[in-house]
Amino acid sequence: MAGRSDILQGTLDLMVLKTLDAMGPMHGFGLARRIEQMSDEAVLVNQGTIYLCLVRLVQRRWIKPTWGTSENKRKAKYYSITRAGRKQLAAETENWQRISGVIGRVLLLGGRR
Amino acid sequence: MLADLWHLLGRIGSCFTHRRLDQDFTEELDSHVTMLTDENVRAGMSAEEARRQALIRIGGRTALQSEHRATRGLPLVETALQDLRFGVRQLWAHPGFATAAIGVLAVGIAANVAIFGFVDAALIRPLPFEQPSRLVTAFSTRPDRAPGQSRNLISYLNFLEWRTRSRAFKSIAAFDVRPGLVLRTPQGAERVTGLRVTSDFFATLGVRPVLGREFRPDEEGPAAPATVMLAYDAWQTRFAGRADVLGQVLTIQGQPHVIIGVLPKDFYFPLADHADFWATIRGPQPCWESRGCRSLQAVGRLADGMSIEMARTVQDGLLRQLRLQYGDKNPETAALAPLTDEVFGDVQPILFALFGGVVLLLLIASVNVVSLLLARSDGRIREMAVRNAIGASSSRLVRQFAVESTILVGASTVLGLLLAHWAMQSLTGLLNADMVSRMPYLQGVGLNGRLFAWTAALAMVAIGLFTLAPMGRLAVARSVDALKESSRGSAGLSWQRIGRALIVGELAIATVLLVSAGLLAKSAYRLLNVNTGFNAEHLIVTAVGLGPARETPGTLALQVAERLRPLPGVEAVAYADLAPVGEGLAPTSGFQLPGRVSGDVVEDHPVRRVSASYFATLQATLLAGRFLTEDDVTSARGVVIINQTAARRYFPDEDPVGKPIVIGMPPARQIVGVVADIKDGPLETPPTPAAYVPFDQVGFSLLVRTSRNDAAVIPALNTTIREVRPNALIQPAMTMTERINRQPSATLKRASAWLISGFAVTALILSVMGLYGVMAYSVGQRSREIGVRMALGAARSSVYRLIVGESAWLVGAGTVVGSAGAILSAKLLSRLLFATQPWDVPTLVTSALTLIVCALIATFVPAHRAMTVNPLQALRAE
Repeated sequence: MAGRSDILQGTLDLMVLKTLDAMGPMHGFGLARRIEQMSDEAVLVNQGTIYLCLVRLVQRRWIKPTWGTSENKRKAKYYSITRAGRKQLAAETENWQRISGVIGRVLLLGGRR
Repeated sequence: MLADLWHLLGRIGSCFTHRRLDQDFTEELDSHVTMLTDENVRAGMSAEEARRQALIRIGGRTALQSEHRATRGLPLVETALQDLRFGVRQLWAHPGFATAAIGVLAVGIAANVAIFGFVDAALIRPLPFEQPSRLVTAFSTRPDRAPGQSRNLISYLNFLEWRTRSRAFKSIAAFDVRPGLVLRTPQGAERVTGLRVTSDFFATLGVRPVLGREFRPDEEGPAAPATVMLAYDAWQTRFAGRADVLGQVLTIQGQPHVIIGVLPKDFYFPLADHADFWATIRGPQPCWESRGCRSLQAVGRLADGMSIEMARTVQDGLLRQLRLQYGDKNPETAALAPLTDEVFGDVQPILFALFGGVVLLLLIASVNVVSLLLARSDGRIREMAVRNAIGASSSRLVRQFAVESTILVGASTVLGLLLAHWAMQSLTGLLNADMVSRMPYLQGVGLNGRLFAWTAALAMVAIGLFTLAPMGRLAVARSVDALKESSRGSAGLSWQRIGRALIVGELAIATVLLVSAGLLAKSAYRLLNVNTGFNAEHLIVTAVGLGPARETPGTLALQVAERLRPLPGVEAVAYADLAPVGEGLAPTSGFQLPGRVSGDVVEDHPVRRVSASYFATLQATLLAGRFLTEDDVTSARGVVIINQTAARRYFPDEDPVGKPIVIGMPPARQIVGVVADIKDGPLETPPTPAAYVPFDQVGFSLLVRTSRNDAAVIPALNTTIREVRPNALIQPAMTMTERINRQPSATLKRASAWLISGFAVTALILSVMGLYGVMAYSVGQRSREIGVRMALGAARSSVYRLIVGESAWLVGAGTVVGSAGAILSAKLLSRLLFATQPWDVPTLVTSALTLIVCALIATFVPAHRAMTVNPLQALRAE
């Protein structure tokens, strides 16, 4: 929905890409679990949200889905990162680090006064 | 960037695969819930609690799904697609309506686009010259004649004066109007199409060769080297488009000419027939050394800042100086005409008439579709009301109409373009080779950017019209009344009022087209049956030419005629310099009456050189004196036969036979006979004075009167001529009737009469169909009223009269309005009419009667239905 900030959406995209890059192909459930663990359950309020993010990333061809079977013999859709996805991840990571550095410095500046 | 593109494509794609994607998404969510439930169970929850917690954790499923759709696709496009699907389904469900509407509209669009194609080719697309609007043709005229009646060509010597002295033109060039050159090929002499021009001809037009160079100034005149330029076609067909054609030598008119250049592919010169070879005016030729031999037509580019009026004044001044200088007694004034007028002047009124016709036709077609839509929207009021009641916004309903008319118009446009393409091809195919050669710009007729733009504009207007028309009904749909089962009345009445106005309009337009078609057909008929002054049946025409050989004038013609006379099937043989019903320019000479007060005034009139048997073979009518004799011709006696118009003009109160007259050069000739006017020139030209003198030429036109099948004589004709002179150049023979039919004015008049008749018949069918629709609808609406009337004792015949009366009123109004419109529009047509008045009563009456009869037939079916209404059933339906 339009209300959700683009930053949060972008963050989730970045986290999904990073996770898939680091851990290899995963299904939505695993991704949701992983991101919750990493962020102390702060990012995903509804686990369903991850699927909207996945649709977006698939349409951009940064990740690619295939149907498979989970470790518990359940049918599941597995996602893996593509070459374009890795490139995007690198660019976004650099971008993120630069912005967070700038924000950090600005916030420090405010703290000193 | 690329990712954004993929994203957009994915979203567009998802609009078409939404069902599968929805299912996929649901399946994935299900799988997630199952896994979460499994996990919860492992954590110790009961199965039921585990599933409940899992569902909570994943979030609102419906919200997710709707957000998924929004993220995935393009919501606006998806609703539009929904409307589209609904619209197509609607049309599919009413195949009768859809076929009628799309068919009618497609025909209207096709006719419109096809004629626009010709308008585009002739009036919009520029001539293939640089700044064609600055080009003019320059003539001199006699002030004592009506403008356009006499246009004098100029002599080469006078042209030279114009070129060096006139300030009116930036540059001026000329071409010799006598077309055709003789080319020597390995197979023998061949007459080829060609023109002789002055050296600056192509520079004046602003045409640059695609290969080689243009003529240089020193390549014109008596001592100039002989060079030739090729038309693109000739280069391709005769020389296979090879670049080494430059520098090759061709033998033209018995002299070696060096090829120096090739003209561009799109070049054509519309004032002369197509020419393959272009040479300069050069070498010794008696005509180019005499100020009296006028064989050139001039084309000039106006000097910068010079208007055509100013140029005319300047030219007038020059002509006056030249007259004083050379002691010419004949007053002459300058005549300049824009080249575009000169080229398109003839076809312009025809194209305007045809274009007017197709606009009216499209109007009728649109009115028919509008009334179909209105009639249908009547039936859809409840559908609209229901959709409105369950929450469709008004804008959504309007969009529905827009989408539906877009489908309708879109389908019609595609169909219409295909039909138009086919129509343009077959129409250009109908023109014979002469016509295409005369109107080279028509070769480019076909679909192009401008035609597509025009079609798109038409489609836009139609979509707007068809969206707005049923929208008036929406106001009704909003009212609650519309939901009620038995609501009728006001809506039906208002639609009927609009419907009737539309029908009157349609019938009026059909009348206008019928009358126009009638007038044009009558003109074409009158033109083709104009009194030619001779018997055109069983008469074969051909022309025999010779290469540039020295020859005693008259001998070849005499020999050929003597050999032909005894052939079976040949009744009479005659020859002349030109056959009757010719086109274009014919030789003229000054007529002068010695010993008269007005003897100083010389008027130019056509003069034919004819054999002794000429008039007898043509079966022309002798009014006084005698025809020519063999002796007159062989001894080249100074005798002349004049026509009736000449006799009336020069000898109003006396017998011309035996009187002297100077034709061209003195001495005077003696008038020996007066012949009834013969159509020497185009059919539509009014009679002019003309003279016939004994034949004294080398080349000749041959006229053979046959007693039986014309076609059987033609091969014998050719063999015989070949026997007499193997290297003679023989024009393909044709019958005189064929020659008359192929006259450009006849072809154009006939073609436009046929086309307008086609439009008129289509308009008649459409308007009568429209009338039928309105009457049938009216009977349907009034069946209760009719039932009540009959229950109260009305006779069936009075019901019949009621319906027929209603229809008669509409037809009467349409015919009256249409006849008034027809008289007005016929005034616009008057330039196309021949021997027919715009208010021609028989045509008006016939057209009106045709319309009325067709309309009454269309009324018969609904009236019959009204008569057979069962009063009981009609009342029970209440």
